[in-house]
Amino acid sequence: MPVPQHLEFFVDPSRCIGCQACVQACTECDTHRGEAMIHLEYVNRAASIQTVPVVCMHCEQPTCAEVCPADAIKRTGDGVVQSARKPRCIACGNCVVACPFGVPELYVDRAIMMKCDMCYDRTSIGKKPMCATVCPSQALFFGTREQVMALRPQSTPTNKFRFGDQTITTRVNVMAPKRAAPSHVDVTAAMEEKPHSRGLRLPVIDTADPFAEVEV
Amino acid sequence: MPDDPSRGPQSRFEQPLDPRVDSPAREGLTGTARGDIYEPTRDPEDVTIPPDQRPMQEQPRWRRDFAIDWPEDHYVARRDFAKFLVLTSGAFVAGQTWIAAQSLLRKRRPPAVRQRIGALSALALGSATMFAYPTAHDPCLLIRTRDDTLLAYGQKCTHLSCAVVPKLDEGILHCPCHEGVFDLATGRNIAGPPPRPLPAIELEVVGDDIFAVGVKERTV
Repeated sequence: MPVPQHLEFFVDPSRCIGCQACVQACTECDTHRGEAMIHLEYVNRAASIQTVPVVCMHCEQPTCAEVCPADAIKRTGDGVVQSARKPRCIACGNCVVACPFGVPELYVDRAIMMKCDMCYDRTSIGKKPMCATVCPSQALFFGTREQVMALRPQSTPTNKFRFGDQTITTRVNVMAPKRAAPSHVDVTAAMEEKPHSRGLRLPVIDTADPFAEVEV
Repeated sequence: MPDDPSRGPQSRFEQPLDPRVDSPAREGLTGTARGDIYEPTRDPEDVTIPPDQRPMQEQPRWRRDFAIDWPEDHYVARRDFAKFLVLTSGAFVAGQTWIAAQSLLRKRRPPAVRQRIGALSALALGSATMFAYPTAHDPCLLIRTRDDTLLAYGQKCTHLSCAVVPKLDEGILHCPCHEGVFDLATGRNIAGPPPRPLPAIELEVVGDDIFAVGVKERTV
């Protein structure tokens, strides 16, 4: 059963209070073996307590699926990019390197990549994702566009991103201020210094590598 | 909310929203309704956009074979299905032909040699003895019934090659492994798991000598 098209995910990072409720709620689910698929990232931990919840953005052109050599990452007709198919995934980590948002994670011990699939077991039967259900400040909101417009009159959802030369449109929206609504969000804009290249040649990330901390 | 293909998959974001609560496609406004009341809105062939943004017809073939989108990946074209049918049945035909050619061209087994297996006088009425024919690894039974009939069968049960035991009083050959029973007079399987009769050894009696002259494998 598909996820209804009029129900969308809205992430408002400025509302995040870093309570880890989403991470805990995600951890309790058994469809991904008790691992948290949502990442709670600190923007600049030395200077700020601001945190950002990172769920899979479910790209219209999923880079993770484009780079998958085993054809393991599939997107269902409702636009949800599913986690790696277990019989196919070879745990090569291409998707981990390629994802502009840093969502997929490699579990070497069980030789599989697992990522957020918008709680497909819940959303496909009309329920909200677990993180959106528990988020106390509704930084993670799942509902209709009218609802979010009524709830956040100062903000406007955007789903266009830039990552180097790559333009990404996603199924998941990020809330931006309405007065200065951006045409797109630059994923790497918050990074002060561009990390040095590891000599990895991918057409989409030849200028900056936001995953320098990822061990490959 | 059907998508207009000419406007791309993002068109649903630009469509004006119908604010009425009871408008179509807005059943269950709260987002907690059952999922099966909604129709899938996107055409499977309209979803995948390659990184270079060119239409699917200009893309290399592998992009259609290894589509990212699940519906397109599961889609089997009629031509592909027909190709599969033709190739698979062709392979079956080729395999059958190969087997037929093999069985025609295979060398026939050499005819069994004539071999002396014992003296008739050494075998009492109502007794049995063992011999090996046609090779040393083929144990056989030679039986002389009380009414002076000579019978010879391979001793290996046709089920799992246990040694069969002649029971002349009951008129059977009994396999103790799985309670298989063969008829003594003909060697046919009459009870238990054995799938076919015991091979019968053709005998020839010249004077006092018994010769085995051939093996008769039977399927029924």
